[in-house]
Amino acid sequence: MNFMPALPLIFLFGSTCAILLIGLYVGERRTSVVYVLSQVALITTVALVIRDAQAAPIVALHGMFVRDRLADLLDIAICLLVVAVFVYSRRYLSDRDMYRTEYFVLALFGVVGMMVINSAAHFLSLYLGLELMALSLYAMVAFQRDSARATEAAMKYFVLGALASGMLLYGMSMLYGVTGSLSIAKVASTISAMPPGNIVLVFGLVFVIVGLLFKIGAVPFHMWIPDVYDGAPTVVTLYIGTAPKVAALALILRLLVGGLQALSPSWREMLVIAAFLSMGVGNVVAISQTNLKRMLAYSAIAHMGFALLGLAAGGREGYADALFYLLIYSVMSLGAFGLVALLSGPGREIEYIDDLKGLSQRNPWIAFLMLLLMFAMAGVPPTAGFYAKLAVIQAAVDAHLIWLAVAAVLFSVVGAYYYLRVVKVMYFDAPEDDRPFVLPLDGKFLFGLNGLSMLLLTPWIGTIIAFCHSAIQGLP
Amino acid sequence: MQEVCLAIPLACLAGAVVSGLFGWKIGRVASHLVTILGVAVAFVLSVSVVLPWTVTGHTFNGSVYTWLTAGRLSLPVGFLIDPLSALMMTVVTFVSLMVHIYSIGYMRDDPGYQRFFSYISLFTFAMLMLVMANNFLQLFFGWEAVGLVSYLLIGFWHTKESAIYASLKAFLVNRVGDFGFVLGIAAIYTHFGSLDYATVFTMAPAKAASMVHMVPGTSWHLMTLICLLLFVGAMGKSAQMPLHVWLPDSMEGPTPISALIHAATMVTAGIFMVARMSPLFELSPAARSVVLVIGALTGLLMAFVAVVQNDIKRVIAYSTLSQLGYMTAALGVSAYAASIFHLVTHAFFKALLFLSAGSVIVAMHHEQDVRRMGGLRRYMPVTFICTWVGSLALAGIPPFSGFFSKDMILDAVHSAHITGAPFAYWVLTAAVFVTALYTFRMLFLVFYGEPRMDKHTREHLHESPWVITVPLVLLAIPAAVAGMLLIKPLLFGHFFGNSIVVSPGDNVLSEIGRRYHGVGPFILNAFRSPPIYLAAAGIASAWYLYIRAPRLPDIISRRFHGLYTVLTNKYGFDEFNDFVFAGGARALGRALWMVGDVQIIDGLMVGGTARLVGWVSARMRRLQSGFIYHYAFAIIAGLFLLMTFFLHV
Repeated sequence: MNFMPALPLIFLFGSTCAILLIGLYVGERRTSVVYVLSQVALITTVALVIRDAQAAPIVALHGMFVRDRLADLLDIAICLLVVAVFVYSRRYLSDRDMYRTEYFVLALFGVVGMMVINSAAHFLSLYLGLELMALSLYAMVAFQRDSARATEAAMKYFVLGALASGMLLYGMSMLYGVTGSLSIAKVASTISAMPPGNIVLVFGLVFVIVGLLFKIGAVPFHMWIPDVYDGAPTVVTLYIGTAPKVAALALILRLLVGGLQALSPSWREMLVIAAFLSMGVGNVVAISQTNLKRMLAYSAIAHMGFALLGLAAGGREGYADALFYLLIYSVMSLGAFGLVALLSGPGREIEYIDDLKGLSQRNPWIAFLMLLLMFAMAGVPPTAGFYAKLAVIQAAVDAHLIWLAVAAVLFSVVGAYYYLRVVKVMYFDAPEDDRPFVLPLDGKFLFGLNGLSMLLLTPWIGTIIAFCHSAIQGLP
Repeated sequence: MQEVCLAIPLACLAGAVVSGLFGWKIGRVASHLVTILGVAVAFVLSVSVVLPWTVTGHTFNGSVYTWLTAGRLSLPVGFLIDPLSALMMTVVTFVSLMVHIYSIGYMRDDPGYQRFFSYISLFTFAMLMLVMANNFLQLFFGWEAVGLVSYLLIGFWHTKESAIYASLKAFLVNRVGDFGFVLGIAAIYTHFGSLDYATVFTMAPAKAASMVHMVPGTSWHLMTLICLLLFVGAMGKSAQMPLHVWLPDSMEGPTPISALIHAATMVTAGIFMVARMSPLFELSPAARSVVLVIGALTGLLMAFVAVVQNDIKRVIAYSTLSQLGYMTAALGVSAYAASIFHLVTHAFFKALLFLSAGSVIVAMHHEQDVRRMGGLRRYMPVTFICTWVGSLALAGIPPFSGFFSKDMILDAVHSAHITGAPFAYWVLTAAVFVTALYTFRMLFLVFYGEPRMDKHTREHLHESPWVITVPLVLLAIPAAVAGMLLIKPLLFGHFFGNSIVVSPGDNVLSEIGRRYHGVGPFILNAFRSPPIYLAAAGIASAWYLYIRAPRLPDIISRRFHGLYTVLTNKYGFDEFNDFVFAGGARALGRALWMVGDVQIIDGLMVGGTARLVGWVSARMRRLQSGFIYHYAFAIIAGLFLLMTFFLHV
């Protein structure tokens, strides 16, 4: 048996177990050791992935595991996002007596789960990864044990997540019933050999899709998102809002594109509906939010709608555009939630949009970076967010989904309102107190990089899109 | 030749750019030196290279640069150098050079000195591009560019309310004309598929009989339509009724500008353009009749208004309108050469009169009301003599230049057979009397009689410095002699060659040419027709009214109060425009603003959409109840909806 392709995954899993033990040993006062070890583990994992970067797909571990460009790209993205999440979270956690081993270990187990999803070649490994990720997330949301809101959010997330997992599993079982296999490649080849119109297949497909749309947070399976984003501690929201989104896309790509490509006319229609509803509901409801995290939650729903737009357009171009959109979105989301975490100093929680009043007078540089992020989210040229939107809308137009492309443009106009409201509050409203925010140096530096990347990425947009294309090429 | 053609306008442009952009750095003297150098180069090249070259029968027609190509449409920058454009270039650069030199004195104390020189140099460039063009688009470019500079210069003193008003008025009225002009160009492009002069002129005779349907049920001769549209442009730029209203107000600009732009060159662009388009106008007698009648009416009616004006510059401005009427009328009877001839002599004597008026204004400390002048001949002998020369030329007294050109126009109109020619002849002949009357009224009021200015001003009266008087003298010479020198070559000597086309049946000038036996007989011949006696009568009346019996004009104005009011109100054109067009536009704008913008766009569409989205948002927000069973229900409902959707599709 060849374990080498899974080496990064195995390494991270081993390190996480080790960190768990070391954490117990060093105790609560020296969590910094855990922090440093976690960052080292993640960065080493990235290095291992890059070292063995594969051009041709390698299937290993008895057909459970596949290592290809897509897996590599997503692994790297997820690890780097989590590194950044840790940097943003450090002071927030220590200010609130939450600077404990559990946060990092749970997050790392979540990453392991996501990497399993990224490389899944089998329904079982796919489900295993999904549950590993989801269980970590449930626990993280409930991390602040004495907070009623966090506990309630975790409860909702857990119950609804279980419901969705059940549906996904039920759908998979129907697919197994029809095809007689759990290997994604075999399912794909069996279905493409079958005559169309199999009613059990359609049933199975619908259940699978409901499960997937729940994970990605698309309307009408989005209800958990605002409550969880709002209820969870900000640093957990930061985590949920970035890396798992990428993994959810991996889930869709592996399952739908990799396994059920033969049914794509059916599932594309479902995604069209979900994309339209997500863009609409996300953008429209975000307008009436006063809570910054809830607003960003609805914005996340809307952004998932845009990513689905690329998937619904179909074709390798469309999938690559969706992947590109999601990568750019995860960086924007990282910055926006990261700022909320960074600004929430000791005894001060940034919760409402009004808490950002007059930021430009207190911390002009930070306000400018946030302005860049908001412009990117709204899709203002020449930020990276604009090119991401352009790519998926172009994909929709190419797929003759003109009405959907028009709707996407109209909804992004609606969306511009609440992003620009943040900018307006930062720049034109008088601050309620004049204390400038003091940011930790590492967080400040990373946030500077994060905000500026919206502009600095512009010349490399073509390269990134090319990466996404080559990643998609590896799919069967 | 191409290099020379490029050098002439570019020399002026370079001067304008240097003094405009770097004037603040290089200072006043360097600014006027560089612009004067540019214009001087242009003048010397025009008069010593281009003019002799064309007189010997050469023409140049070629592109120097392709501006852009879009599909079938190619837009080159090109020059057509023939006797007509060469003559215009010479006149333009000469007057411009005089005005540049004169401005050193006139603008000496002005804070916008460098800007002023930049503008007039830029104007010279634009005017040269206009006259040298070999295609309609470049003509239009020059046309608009001179309009722009004219706007900038009328409003040169941009802190003065009346100057801003006047510049805006000039701009708006010219837009009306330009709209017609650009429609004419569009019609040419639509029907000829080209904007090149030579191509269009060659194809034109074949299209002479074609008709177009403007409004369903009516058909027009294509040529008449095109010519009338082009003439609307000429009416705007050359200030023909009813688009003349901007020119008197343009006197708000500095006096050198009034001389250069609003008397000698730019306002003659319309005349030049029609002469240039003679191959088209020859195909439409109907259009020419319109041109003739409008020109004749402008010639007489505006002369009447000049009689009652008290601002020295406005008298000359109305005189310009009247003289432009003469030129336009000459175009109407196919006497293009006579029209250009009058354009040239007028450029000299009118620039002279304006600059003399400017000299007087400087001496009077910027007092422009002739009622507060008087007796200036003792203080300003050079200006006085120059004004005499200009006045005699304007009134048409032999042997001054205006006599020849004006008499030729009257003769041509008299000999023409086109519809409206007899009417135009009598109108224009009557205008001769009025012209002499207002010209000499001004002369007598300013230079003769008792000084009526205050004591302080009188003590400081003196002749202007040499930078002002030298251009006066240099202009006075051609104003006096240009007529007798140029009449033979310009009108009867095939000077224009092929640049002006006249159909044989309407060639009144060649008819007159058969009776022409030299300058002397021409002058003697003039004594056998009424105009010269009318001019003399006009001078005599002016003398009697303003020197012999100075109280008489007041009595007359009281006796004929109604007529006097009509004239001082300039026939009510301004009031009519203000009420109907300006008022109408404002009312329309207000209606569109209140109804269209505030209510429909802002209120209903923008505000309404925002309110609707906000309302929907507030409603949909309630769906997020916080109860887990609602959420679970949404998931199950979504599942069933998707499933039913698929089982049916």
